[in-house]
Amino acid sequence: MRPFAYQRATDVPSAVAAGTGQAMYLGGGTNLVDLMRLGVATPEVLVDVTRVPFDTIEETPGGGLLIGAGVRNSDLAAHPLVLRNYPMLAQAVVAGGSGQIRNMATVAGNLLQRTRCSYFQDITKPCNKRVPGSGCPAREGDHRNLAILGHSEACVATHPSDMAVPLAALGAVVNVESSGGPRAIPMPGFHRLPGDAPERDTLLRPGDLVTAVELPALPFAARSRYRKVRDRASFAFAVVSVAAALDVADGVVRDCRIALGGVAHVPWRAERAEAALRGAPATAEEFARAAEAELAQASPLPRNAFKVPLARNVLVRTLLDLTAREDLTAAGDTGETS
Amino acid sequence: MRGPVRSEDNNGPGFPAPVTADIRLSVNGDEHPVTVDTRETLLDTLREHLGLTGAKKGCDHGQCGACTVLVDGRRAKACLTLTVTVDDREITTVEGLARDGVPHPLQAAFVEQDAFQCGYCTPGQLCSAVGMLAEFAAGWPSSVTLGAVSPGAVAPGVEGRPPLCDDEIRERMSGNLCRCGAYPNIVAAIRQVAP
Ligand SMILES: Cc1cc2nc3c(=O)[nH]c(=O)nc-3n(C[C@H](O)[C@H](O)[C@H](O)COP(=O)(O)OP(=O)(O)OC[C@H]3O[C@@H](n4cnc5c(N)ncnc54)[C@H](O)[C@@H]3O)c2cc1C
Ligand code: SF4
Ligand code: FES
Ligand code: FES
Repeated sequence: MRPFAYQRATDVPSAVAAGTGQAMYLGGGTNLVDLMRLGVATPEVLVDVTRVPFDTIEETPGGGLLIGAGVRNSDLAAHPLVLRNYPMLAQAVVAGGSGQIRNMATVAGNLLQRTRCSYFQDITKPCNKRVPGSGCPAREGDHRNLAILGHSEACVATHPSDMAVPLAALGAVVNVESSGGPRAIPMPGFHRLPGDAPERDTLLRPGDLVTAVELPALPFAARSRYRKVRDRASFAFAVVSVAAALDVADGVVRDCRIALGGVAHVPWRAERAEAALRGAPATAEEFARAAEAELAQASPLPRNAFKVPLARNVLVRTLLDLTAREDLTAAGDTGETS
Repeated sequence: MRGPVRSEDNNGPGFPAPVTADIRLSVNGDEHPVTVDTRETLLDTLREHLGLTGAKKGCDHGQCGACTVLVDGRRAKACLTLTVTVDDREITTVEGLARDGVPHPLQAAFVEQDAFQCGYCTPGQLCSAVGMLAEFAAGWPSSVTLGAVSPGAVAPGVEGRPPLCDDEIRERMSGNLCRCGAYPNIVAAIRQVAP
């Protein structure tokens, strides 16, 4: 590991002041320390932001939630308002990593974790994301877990986060502080497609500090679901995942929010599926039609073509789960336990 | 104090000089003044500087759980924790679980249930189980609690908290691998101590 200086920030201004040049912010370290050991990340200064007091979750005046960047993943998933108002977010967080990882991992670090593409993590191999212009061996090589949507000639990596998938579905807003002042960057749109600059995962610029993630009020998200498919029952990254919230009245979809994980360089908001569903009957046939509409734009690689029907099926299944609960409600079960 | 020379420290020309920090580390109730390289992980400090070799290095990538310790009572992976970041925290390792020579109830249960073979993963399993039981007692949900792993089930929340069933134990302990496959007895040992 390359030697580095260590600084501990105690508030946002001191963090931003220290975060210049070849500095990197350190959250739980569960991704960054590993990448430093692998030689993939080589900061000259590590700015520890785990003592910055942005580790609280507060209700916003509009009825949403303001989640501090330093909130640990475990605390996010156990928060009563997250469990009640955004169950798919709690489900996604507990589906990621292990208990130890979630205790360490922060909200900002989770959003900014790098791809698990094996070539990216191996400094003896070329990789456009790690060394721009060096090539992308994944396209011809191991890409079973990589993208089927929105990838480019330059890079076919996926974003590995579970948490980011419901955040994209909800339209969360990422609050950023920098020497140039604060910014608010909405999701989806915070993460970027690879295009010809896969070295940039997000719209963040060097020195930008994520301070919070704001969730809008979305009452129907109280009925939402995260479903993750992986190679073993626990402690594995998603092969494909779906976050969905459904607002059904009189058998018709009034509104919905859907995002897919494990399929693209970004948490993939399924806008075409959403458009196909709004106003449609809440039936298995319509769910299948919506899933087809979304996956029609997929361009899988030879060894990950299985992800296309998998994503379609998981999407349909998730929507069916949600409407099964809708039927329960009609039968008198409010879905609340208090 | 100087740590051992590791292959990763074989600095080529142009490599920056190591940066050290003088800190006090609180481990199992004892304060230790140590000089650490900023690159040093808590796992290496415990094992190489403090002689606390209970926490094991299985993978050094956060994937196996053999290095699990408690940091301010929460289980964490010592191989992904930089020592300089925890100078103001309270660290508990497997060496700190017993009280006055009396094994922790989980340690006793592991012996009774024969919950290990080679024992390499056991310190991590024990620290992880201690942390896990505290998390469960605090009402933290898991994928099993929230119905995220049993197809079709949609649990509304954790209000009506279910008991710590075997599925819960397996899910909540999934960050700790056992190469010997002692899992059934590990689950039995934890079940024996669980509320
Ligand atoms: C074995 C293993 C299994 C895992 N399995 C899963 C899984 O199934 N699903 C999943 O979603 N994730 C999984 N993860 C990844 C894990 O969720 C991430 O490593 C974690 O969320 C990163 O958070 P952190 O706080 O530790 O980030 P760090 O490692 O500290 O940082 C990550 C990045 O974020 C930057 N950063 C941190 N804080 C800020 C800030 N406030 N502002 C700007 N930049 C910042 C850092 O500079 C760094 O670039 C796994 C990790 C491991 C090791
Ligand atoms: S897919 Fe992206 S991250 Fe993986 S090798 Fe290609 S350029 Fe690198
Ligand atoms: S050695 Fe830390 S998780 Fe394997
Ligand atoms: S007892 Fe040998 S690894 Fe678990």
